[in-house]
Amino acid sequence: MIVRIMGEGQYRLSAEVLERVNELDNTIVKAVDGDDEDGFHESFEEMLNVIRSEGEHLGDEEIETSDVIVPPADTSFAEAAAEFTGEGLIPD
Amino acid sequence: MAGMSGRMSTVIKAKISKLLDKAEDPGETLDYSYTRQLESLQQVKKGIADVVTAKKRLGMQAQKLEQSVVKLDTQARQALAAGNEELARTALERKSLAQAELQSLDQQVAELQSQQDKLTESEKRLRTKIEAFRTKKEVIKAQYSAAEAQVRISEAATGVGEEMADVGLAMQRAVDKTEDMKARASAVEELEAAGTFEDLTQLGSGQDDIDRELAALGTGSMVDDELAKMKAELGQGSAPPPAELESGEGKP
Repeated sequence: MIVRIMGEGQYRLSAEVLERVNELDNTIVKAVDGDDEDGFHESFEEMLNVIRSEGEHLGDEEIETSDVIVPPADTSFAEAAAEFTGEGLIPD
Repeated sequence: MAGMSGRMSTVIKAKISKLLDKAEDPGETLDYSYTRQLESLQQVKKGIADVVTAKKRLGMQAQKLEQSVVKLDTQARQALAAGNEELARTALERKSLAQAELQSLDQQVAELQSQQDKLTESEKRLRTKIEAFRTKKEVIKAQYSAAEAQVRISEAATGVGEEMADVGLAMQRAVDKTEDMKARASAVEELEAAGTFEDLTQLGSGQDDIDRELAALGTGSMVDDELAKMKAELGQGSAPPPAELESGEGKP
C-alpha cells in the first residue's frame, strides 16, 4: 500500500505497518469524536512517526498513485474533525 | 464533510477525467498533460515569491519598529531629565506598544519562513516528478498501442496529478496565512500613520487615538515600573540635555 503524507511525500507500507496505522486511525477518530484534543495530537503524531520510520520513502521520481492520503503534520484539531470521521482515513 | 485529504482526491479525479476527455490521440494527451504540469510548477514558483515578498515587508516593518523603540526610550529619558514625567510616561507607553507589536511581527516572520521552506521542498519534489513524467511519456509514445497507452497515461497522469494537488493545497494554506499577515501588516502601518510609534516631538494636538488609549490601559503598570527604574538611573548618573524637547507638546 502507498500512503501519502500531504506536504511530505509518499511511503510504501507493508501490511503489518498498515495495520498499525489503521489502529491509530481508529484511535484518532475516537479522540476527535470525544473532543479529546491532546489525545488527537498524541495519536496523530504517532501515526505520522510510524509511517515515516516504518514505511519506505518513495523517490520523487517514482510516479505512483496513493491508496491513502494523510493530512499534513500541522493539521489542527478543528481541521481534523473533517478528516477523521466514520472509518477514518483507512476503511476498516 | 470533505477534509483536506478528501478534497485532494476530488481535485485529482476531476483533473484526470478532464484530461482524458480532452484528446483521442494518446500522444496529444501526454503532451497536453506535460504542459499543464509545467504551468502548475510556474504557479508554485509564483506562490513562493509571494510568501517571500510578504516576509520582506514584515521584516522592514520590524526594523522600523525597532528604531521606534530605541527612539522612544531616548525620548523618555530626555523627558524625565527635563522633569516632564507626563511626557516620559507617554513615550514609555508607546514604546511598550511598539515592543508588543515587534514580538508579534517576529513570530509571523518565522511562520512565513517555515511556509517558504515547505513550499520550496514541495516545488523540488514536483519538479523531479514532472521530469520523470517527461521521460515516461516518450516511452509510452514509443512502445504502446493506443489502447494500452491510454491506461498507462491515466496511471502516470494520476500520479503526477496527486503531487500537483498536494502542492496546490499546501500553497492554499500558505496563501491563507500570508493574507492574514498582510491584513495585520496593514493594521500596523495604520498605527504608524496615526503617529502611534512616531517621534513625540512631531505630534500635533488632537493626534491621540483610541488605540493608544486602550493600549495604555493594559501597559500602565509596566510603564510605571520602567519609569521608576529610569528615575533611579537618572538619579545616579548624569542626565542627557533636554534640548530636543524645548518645543515639545507635553509641556505643562
